[in-house]
Amino acid sequence: MHVPDGFLDAPTSVATGLVAAGTVAVALRGARRELDERTAPLAGLTAAFVFAVQMMNFPVGAGTSGHLIGGALTAVLVGPWTAVLCMTVVLVVQAVLFADGGLTALGTNITLMGLVAVALAYGAFRLLVRLLPRTRTAVLAGAGVGAFVSVPAAALVFVGLFAVGGVADVSLGAVAATMGGIHLLIGLGEAAITVAVLSAVLAVRPDLVHGAAHLRRPADLAPRPLTAPAAGGAR
Amino acid sequence: MGRGHGGALGAAYVPGTSVVHRLAPHVKLVAVLAFALVVVATPVHAGWAWSAYAGFGVLVLSVAAVAGLTPRRLARGLAVEVPFVVFALLLPVVSRGPRVEVAGLSLSESGLAAGGGLLAKATLSVLAATVLAATTEARELLRGLERLRLPAALVQILSFMIRYADVVSGELRRMRVARESRGFRPRHLGALRVLGPAAASLFVRSYERGERVHLAMLSRGYTGRLVGAPAAAVRPAQWAVGLSLPLAAAAVLGAGMLAG
Repeated sequence: MHVPDGFLDAPTSVATGLVAAGTVAVALRGARRELDERTAPLAGLTAAFVFAVQMMNFPVGAGTSGHLIGGALTAVLVGPWTAVLCMTVVLVVQAVLFADGGLTALGTNITLMGLVAVALAYGAFRLLVRLLPRTRTAVLAGAGVGAFVSVPAAALVFVGLFAVGGVADVSLGAVAATMGGIHLLIGLGEAAITVAVLSAVLAVRPDLVHGAAHLRRPADLAPRPLTAPAAGGAR
Repeated sequence: MGRGHGGALGAAYVPGTSVVHRLAPHVKLVAVLAFALVVVATPVHAGWAWSAYAGFGVLVLSVAAVAGLTPRRLARGLAVEVPFVVFALLLPVVSRGPRVEVAGLSLSESGLAAGGGLLAKATLSVLAATVLAATTEARELLRGLERLRLPAALVQILSFMIRYADVVSGELRRMRVARESRGFRPRHLGALRVLGPAAASLFVRSYERGERVHLAMLSRGYTGRLVGAPAAAVRPAQWAVGLSLPLAAAAVLGAGMLAG
């Protein structure tokens, strides 16, 4: 669900555009710390993954289906800065190649789905991982909660932007309640899918999960420390 | 690329040799962005707003006609709007202000104007962006963004994404075919036990492909920068042709403001 052109007035669009540009500039530096000079191919392929997985339909029941947005999942998998870049790149491609999300609203969309969603998801994830015991379950719980809060939070920020730069005279309480309510449900779906995907990645390649680096143990096979030659000898 | 490739990204492009096709990609990007800005800047509540929307509509449809795009292709582009149509339809119901009775429903006047304006603006911009996507190949668009000074690192990430999006989506499609040929039918949330690991293995495969691509690049002397051919200069005439769309739209807007 991308904001199209015309939803927000020109000043708000320009302002969110500047926020988005700043975010991307900071994220480009941060991603270099996460992925060093491998940034371009790995972030590019991860973005391709996000793009593809957004096309995957997950049945919700009653004949409807939803798809993953992926901000929280990507942040836990490859780190928050790279995740911001991946979401940005996906949004740019969708706007320029598919007219999905307006060109003037690109900054708004990057701010909502790149900055707000990823930052909140990763913040909640880090917090929970710190508070909970150092286990795989805690990582999954953190990612699930992060994914859950990221969706309604982004929706509420959108309502806030709509209050500042929207073109309709609506009672904000009503819009916030509707958008928040719908997105709480979407957030539940996002959390379920995020946990399902993440637990499977943790099962096969835990070393690829950026957010689970603290769970990594040194290999069980280690060279045996040399026994001191003096053990039973002289003296 | 183009039709024969069939992938998710190639599907947007309609091959052709029209004036619109031949314009430099960054000229087109600037033109569409400026057009969208003019459309967004049109005040919703002005009495002449609908005449302005009609004027913009004539402009963007004539560009589409020059580019030789069929109404079907344009309609396909409009499909992305659907979720927001719902939002725009709700606005007259939830907005405040003086109400009017329409078919037994009490609707807000300002909400009607706002909802209608949103729909019109979104539709016009989506049409313009559809013309852009249908007349410009993905990698040309990338070069356009590069010439518009998008940071080089971001351009690199974009180029890898565009290059591999079809590969990764193809992998996703093959996995779905494999699942369904074994009798899997996703019906309820329980399907997550199958679809979650499928998405997970798609991630692992994509990431590992990225690592292999990186090694292949290193073995070819990659140092963190991609070298491209020097960009050809763009004659002022190209800019004049390209910018005729937003300038005409701005003229429509100006005329409306003067007359209104």
